[in-house]
Amino acid sequence: MARKKIREYDTKRLIAQHFLNQKIEYKAVLVTPEISFEMLLSLHPWLLQEKLVVKPDMLFGKRKKLNLVLLHADFPAVRRFIEEQRSQAITIGKATGFLTHFLIEPFIPHDKEYFVAIRAERDYDTIFFSEQGGIDIEENWHAVKQLTVPVLSNPTTLSLTELTKEEKIQAFMRELYAFFVNLDFTYLELNPFTFDATGKISLLDAVAHLDSSAACKNEKLWNGLSFPPDFGKKAFPEEEAIAALDQQSGASLKLTLLNPQGRIWNILSGGGASIIYLDTLADRGEREEIANYGEYGGNPTEEESYQYARTILDLMTRTPHPDGKVLIIGGAIANFTDVEKTFTGMVRALREYAHLLLEGKVSIIVRRGGPNYEKGLQLMRQAGEELGISLQVYGPETPMIHCVPQAMHLLHRSA
Amino acid sequence: MKFTKNTQALFYNLKPHPLQQMLDFDYLCERATPSVAGIIHPGKSSFHKAFFGAREIIIPIYPTIQEAARKQPQAEVLINFASFRSAYQATKEALFEPTINTIVIVAEGVPERQSRELIALAKQQQKLLLGPATVGGIAAGAFRLGGYAGGMPENLIRAKLYRPGSIGLVSKSGGMMNELFNIIARVTDGIKEGMAIGGDLFPGSTLLDHLLRFEQDPEIKLMVCLGELGGKQENNIAEAKKAGRITKPLVMWVSGICADIFPWEAQFGHAGAKAGKEEESAAAKNQALREAGIMVPESFEELEPLLHQQHQQLVAAGRIVPREELSPPALPKNYEEALREGSIRKATSFITTISSEEKGEQAYAGVPITRVLAEEHPLGSAIGLLWFKKKLPAYFTTFLEKCIVLTADHGPAVSGAHNAIVAARAGKDVISSLCSGLLTISPRFGGALDDACRYFKEAKETGKTPSQFVEEMKQKGIPIPGIGHRVKSKRNPDKRVTLLKEFAVQHFPTPYLSYALEVEKITLQKAENLILNVDGCIAAIFLDALASCPAFGKEEIGQIIEIGYLNGLFAVARSIGLVGHILDQKRLKQELYRHPSEDIFYLKDSLFEK
Repeated sequence: MARKKIREYDTKRLIAQHFLNQKIEYKAVLVTPEISFEMLLSLHPWLLQEKLVVKPDMLFGKRKKLNLVLLHADFPAVRRFIEEQRSQAITIGKATGFLTHFLIEPFIPHDKEYFVAIRAERDYDTIFFSEQGGIDIEENWHAVKQLTVPVLSNPTTLSLTELTKEEKIQAFMRELYAFFVNLDFTYLELNPFTFDATGKISLLDAVAHLDSSAACKNEKLWNGLSFPPDFGKKAFPEEEAIAALDQQSGASLKLTLLNPQGRIWNILSGGGASIIYLDTLADRGEREEIANYGEYGGNPTEEESYQYARTILDLMTRTPHPDGKVLIIGGAIANFTDVEKTFTGMVRALREYAHLLLEGKVSIIVRRGGPNYEKGLQLMRQAGEELGISLQVYGPETPMIHCVPQAMHLLHRSA
Repeated sequence: MKFTKNTQALFYNLKPHPLQQMLDFDYLCERATPSVAGIIHPGKSSFHKAFFGAREIIIPIYPTIQEAARKQPQAEVLINFASFRSAYQATKEALFEPTINTIVIVAEGVPERQSRELIALAKQQQKLLLGPATVGGIAAGAFRLGGYAGGMPENLIRAKLYRPGSIGLVSKSGGMMNELFNIIARVTDGIKEGMAIGGDLFPGSTLLDHLLRFEQDPEIKLMVCLGELGGKQENNIAEAKKAGRITKPLVMWVSGICADIFPWEAQFGHAGAKAGKEEESAAAKNQALREAGIMVPESFEELEPLLHQQHQQLVAAGRIVPREELSPPALPKNYEEALREGSIRKATSFITTISSEEKGEQAYAGVPITRVLAEEHPLGSAIGLLWFKKKLPAYFTTFLEKCIVLTADHGPAVSGAHNAIVAARAGKDVISSLCSGLLTISPRFGGALDDACRYFKEAKETGKTPSQFVEEMKQKGIPIPGIGHRVKSKRNPDKRVTLLKEFAVQHFPTPYLSYALEVEKITLQKAENLILNVDGCIAAIFLDALASCPAFGKEEIGQIIEIGYLNGLFAVARSIGLVGHILDQKRLKQELYRHPSEDIFYLKDSLFEK
């Protein structure tokens, strides 16, 4: 639940759907791996009749500078472009992956390129506008005018006049701002937009972030919107399973896999403490070995704790490492998460995987405090002894981070 | 906003656990008055019982925030436990109540725009918001904002939160606030105030807002702040330091330096913990804070020694004067908790041998309901388990089910149905009408089954011949239970009896039935209608079924007959018919029944006396 990027296609589609005063037309096709070109043509015959633009629609920008936009092309060329681009992995920034989603739109001849963006801050929204939009907006930032709209107010005609004298654009921005507010956008950028030959506003490129916390009130307005993962971020089925568990639960359960070959695995509680554990691991030079980030909190049930732990134990025991692995079951001193209950679930998972944990030479370090922690820690100690797993247990009297040097000691002892 | 030993709160949404935890904290602090003055639970006007130490107190429940604020004008804080769907509305209402100056929003997942609107309104109204997504905060020795901050009583005691110290702490994370409570108690004289602002990008009050509050509190000598990557809050603190708005010593750490191990934009557990821009990264923020002159350790691990050293300096300079340690009163344990721990014991008042619960599923005599449902005769099996505590053989459960069907109804004229109908027509509800019918069951009506069992069993087991038995009963003047029918006779046999007899003979040995039939032969010589009726037939076959089943011992059968199981079976069966009649009358909207007076013989007392 936070700010999430959405596809260019969805942004433009939503604008076209919600603009009532000023009609915005939007004709486009999102090409996904599931759809064949033959199917595309039968659904959208206009693709053969017009000059087209095609580009990947996968949440990253600067596509023109990356040479990933094909302009003024006919359909066969578009098809060749897509087939070529999706056949090999590419690297953008630090992330490497395959291009899977492409946006095809009609090519709109134009000379003027306008820039508009709205950004949500704590006390106000800022509207940015420039008549010199396009890919060089940053170089031309001096031409960008800004308008601050405090929360609980609307942009006035007078203030919009200061951004542009063109009434058509003023009306567009007024409606765009209402759209931004009503649909819980946190960032929206149209760079560029222009007027087509008939004088209608046409959206050439769009970037947007939405507040996913507003999902429950906006189900209708968002109309089937999805939040795709960042480019290069593979969505592992285990991550999806935990996300589904999180959705159904009143508690919080998060999992991100960083390096499934890593030797340090984590079952961490608390949004704050989980970051500090990872910080300490990273700070002590174990960046490469960190297998996952994750966090459970908000007093999950025994069953949820079991499912969560089981998922991680399963992942970490798939391919044993000759020198073994370490699991940190760490957390701060909980305010209200019941340590006995959550550990009962985790111990159940440990028993289930005891054999594989032993085989994989997994050492476990536990540190936790909070409601019923004595009983919870005792359960862990007992399980360690009974199952013969190397398992160290620490309570609130030991500093939280103490686990980390211990884990490193275990990790490097045999090396 | 100052939180003292007299500060009181209203509590939105009846959540007994955190509410009790607020009151437990009060007790540890030896507050004179409870910190919760009232509860708002939409649409409810009532009272809630809670503990204040060992004593029980009553807290009023109001249906609206407006009413609660009017009746408890001294309460300045609203602890808002509304869900993320309704947190906005409740907070907005509270912001417009003049007597409320602080609102704690617990819900996680409040939409950003709603938070921002609340922030703007709070600024207009000059009020303090804490949260959303917060566990609250603690003014040590005075007031607990929400029932979760500081954890369970043993942790409140270990972190010495029951009395004030000299440290002001503000953290985004609630869990880390609690961890820091413990660290602070280890290396300093303890917390004066600790606030968790919540992990959202736009919290109602910021880290800086609280540091500036701490600046105003003369008892706070040293400030600690734990930030996170994402957002601009920490940068604003650096600016405030440079501008001279922060003068007290401040130890601070921004977590999230690991964000660059994520090849994509990392989103941590907190909604606001996401580093988009370079200046919002943890490393950049720590650097900016250091440059502004704030004490930033090299890592989180170094925070504790740095804090220790700072505290010692303040003590050495005489700015912090160590106070005498007093121990808090012992908080009485909850009964359930003590029982669970095994530190107390209590004799039970009830015993049961038929019900149990395993893994959240109810079981009948040890058999989970789901397994009973899968049986071929689930109804007979359930009776077998709950009445006899046995898994009965199929012929037995079939017999029980046949008995239920046979005796379910006997028309509207019999006393049970008549009573139920009269009650239903008087406008009584289904259950009352059913009870009115059931109350007529007696040895005269429907209750002959157990007696028939007892007589047949006794007669047969003491070796009386059927004719001896009949003779003996005649001499005692007792009509034999189970013999005789109003309409049915030898020539007009009861079809139900015929079918039951056939079933029994096919499935198990029937010595009792044979005995009863011998008795019938004799009574039939006296009158045509002295047949073995359905009650007598059920009774005899029941004895046969019990005797044929090896699971029953002799003594156990004796007990079953003595207690009288069959009248229970009749009550269960006839309830089906009674409810049927009641529903029928209600469907037909029948008026109140009044018995016609011409059907009553009004006998004058004077006539009777003569």
